[in-house]
Amino acid sequence: MPTKIEKDEYTGKETTGHEWDGIKELDTPLPRWWVNVWLVCIAFAAVYALLYPSIPLGSTYWKGILGWSSSQAVAKSVAEMNARHAALMKRIGELPIMQVAADPKLKEVALEAGRIAFAENCQPCHGQAGVGRVGYPPLDTNFWLWGGTLPDIQRIIMYGIRSGDSKAHESQMPAFGHDGILKPAQVTTVAHYVATLFGIEKPGPTTAAGYKLFEDNCAACHGPKGQGNQTGGAPPLASRVHLYGDTLAAIEYQINTPRGGVMPAWHTRLDAGTINSLAIYVHALGGGE
Amino acid sequence: MGVMETRRRVPKADQPPAQSSSLYANRVRVYPRAVKGLDRRIKWAILAFCLGVYYLLPWLCWDRGPGRPSQAVLLDIATERFFFFNLEFWPQDVFYLAGLLVLGAVALFLVTSLFGRLWCGYTCPQTVWTDAFMAIERWIEGDRNERMRRDQRAFGLNRQGLDKAWRKLSKHAIWLAVAFWTGGAWIMYFADAPTTVVQFWSGTAPAPIYIYTFLFTATTYVLAGWAREQVCTYMCPWPRFQAAMLDEQTVTVTYQAWRGEPRGHHLKLDTAAGARLGDCVDCMACVHACPTGIDIRDGIQLECINCGLCADACNEIMGKLGRAKGLITWDTLARQNARKAGREEKLHLWRPRTFVYLGVLLVAVSAMGTALAMRPHTAISVAHDRMPLFVRLTNGDVRNGYVVDISNKMGRPADYVLTLTGPKGLTARPAGVMQLHLPADSIKELRVWVSAPPESAHGSQKLLFQLHNLTNGEKIRYESVFIGPR
Repeated sequence: MPTKIEKDEYTGKETTGHEWDGIKELDTPLPRWWVNVWLVCIAFAAVYALLYPSIPLGSTYWKGILGWSSSQAVAKSVAEMNARHAALMKRIGELPIMQVAADPKLKEVALEAGRIAFAENCQPCHGQAGVGRVGYPPLDTNFWLWGGTLPDIQRIIMYGIRSGDSKAHESQMPAFGHDGILKPAQVTTVAHYVATLFGIEKPGPTTAAGYKLFEDNCAACHGPKGQGNQTGGAPPLASRVHLYGDTLAAIEYQINTPRGGVMPAWHTRLDAGTINSLAIYVHALGGGE
Repeated sequence: MGVMETRRRVPKADQPPAQSSSLYANRVRVYPRAVKGLDRRIKWAILAFCLGVYYLLPWLCWDRGPGRPSQAVLLDIATERFFFFNLEFWPQDVFYLAGLLVLGAVALFLVTSLFGRLWCGYTCPQTVWTDAFMAIERWIEGDRNERMRRDQRAFGLNRQGLDKAWRKLSKHAIWLAVAFWTGGAWIMYFADAPTTVVQFWSGTAPAPIYIYTFLFTATTYVLAGWAREQVCTYMCPWPRFQAAMLDEQTVTVTYQAWRGEPRGHHLKLDTAAGARLGDCVDCMACVHACPTGIDIRDGIQLECINCGLCADACNEIMGKLGRAKGLITWDTLARQNARKAGREEKLHLWRPRTFVYLGVLLVAVSAMGTALAMRPHTAISVAHDRMPLFVRLTNGDVRNGYVVDISNKMGRPADYVLTLTGPKGLTARPAGVMQLHLPADSIKELRVWVSAPPESAHGSQKLLFQLHNLTNGEKIRYESVFIGPR
């Protein structure tokens, strides 16, 4: 601090006593109101730090006098939201699914609840909006292994496919090539025949032989025209949509070493209202029967 | 242009500036004096009309049939509708509001180029409410001199102090009551008026109604009671650029300096001494009457709101002195300059500037009017599914999904036929030709799936949604796309 207060002769203001090359700095303190606001902010911060979680203390932290936590706040608001919809969701779960779908108000709620539940639970395998990918069936087209009506879809979601649940759908295609039921040449012949069923190949000299093999080995499950069988979970072969690919190599691979996917049973994880909502949402994706 | 003259004093460079170099100046309180005259009467009439419309319009009823709002002017936020007498606007009609603002702006330009800031002086809400608040003030506290005298006194338990106290208290109480009525009336434009009043006083109205009523009460009280001319001078952008609409042919409130100067009130003395004085007796009546506290004799200036009260005040004095009225009058700068030179000049109201403004105004009015008259009452909007763009069906067909929204903007139910045309061999679910029925004033959302055989489903093609309103005959269409593999 300068001992002698010096006044600038031009402006009449006090100077700070600092001088650079003959230029003196005027003493222009911050406005009082500004300083006051600043002090109030400091006081506010101190109170805030006491009330709310603020200071890290090694492996723990100061939890605040109010005991507030953001994760609890989220859990609370989620619980509040669920409680608000509880009555409707309960009703969606209790009513037979066809009745839910017939009630415009319930259906609207179910579609929205289903959309959210689908994104959380189903999308990782079946893709956004149920477009599917290799090994995971698309849900938005008319390709159904186990049926595409509302009760069919509801049952699949509840008990799953090959999930180990006693009511789950089960199917197993014999490994015709791997187990030696058909010789490699026969596998190739029947594969060429299957390829004609959905138009990637034209009928040729081996088609008749292939049809014979198909009739003997495949038609029992997949149907004489390759139309599939939903009670046994046998996919349609005369189809442009295929679970494991529509190339000749994919067909041969499937005849040699068949694959079958697993879908978990959801009735142990989701409540009835969510399952019915999911079924209605999936049915509305475009493929529902 | 030279018509604007600021009164700010620029410090001379060779002198040190004054000790206080603060950028802020304290407000000089304005105590406008009451005046009588033609301009004042017109101003009262416009004030009564504007406030009457504002306060009473929400209570006007308009029958729209059962179950529909019966308020003539209602901006219904909950149902997203704006009702204006027999018109009904939906949120997507908001461009009419833009059109209305354009109209308002051009009309303001036209009026300003013809007659100066009439808007500021007569119809601006700030002016109207300030004027009303000043009238209340004058009624309770008396005219200029009495108010100034009383403000000098202190509050206290003597006769004068108590007199000041009760008058100030009553003034602010009445101001607050008017402000509350103003804030409350604003809410009535957004919610059914009688219902809201009952809800308000029974404590059952939604919180926003209380919040906004309080907010608009506060702003009215502060702006019209306390801020007054400071809003025009410091807050409002219009005075800053209205000069661009004025020119020397604009009719504004004008002091006829050629006639008034040199001013002076020692008439007999000066005449005896041989000095020739003008008609202005320098009585300051014009300054004392001014609601913004300026001296019109300094010429047209930023603070002048062109209300003409100074002209009324001057005419009173001129009348008493037996001199010709109109020393302060409505005139143009060009005519004043001509008179000064001893010539007479005609009014030139119609100049290129005003023709352009009028032309733009007429174009905007006719465009808006046509758009409003030909406004469709049916709307269709189609959203093509993007995830996925298309789906392959087991028989090889390609399917696209759409969300179709159909709006019935009529106040009655209507029947429609929706027809889809697109790629060869298309099939649609629910159907390619659909009969629809929509209730009055409603939107229907449809999920539509369209499939086409593989041979006609390549790349992106047009898919046309045609909607025929059987009830009023309107036909509209929406062109969407049908997408297949390349």
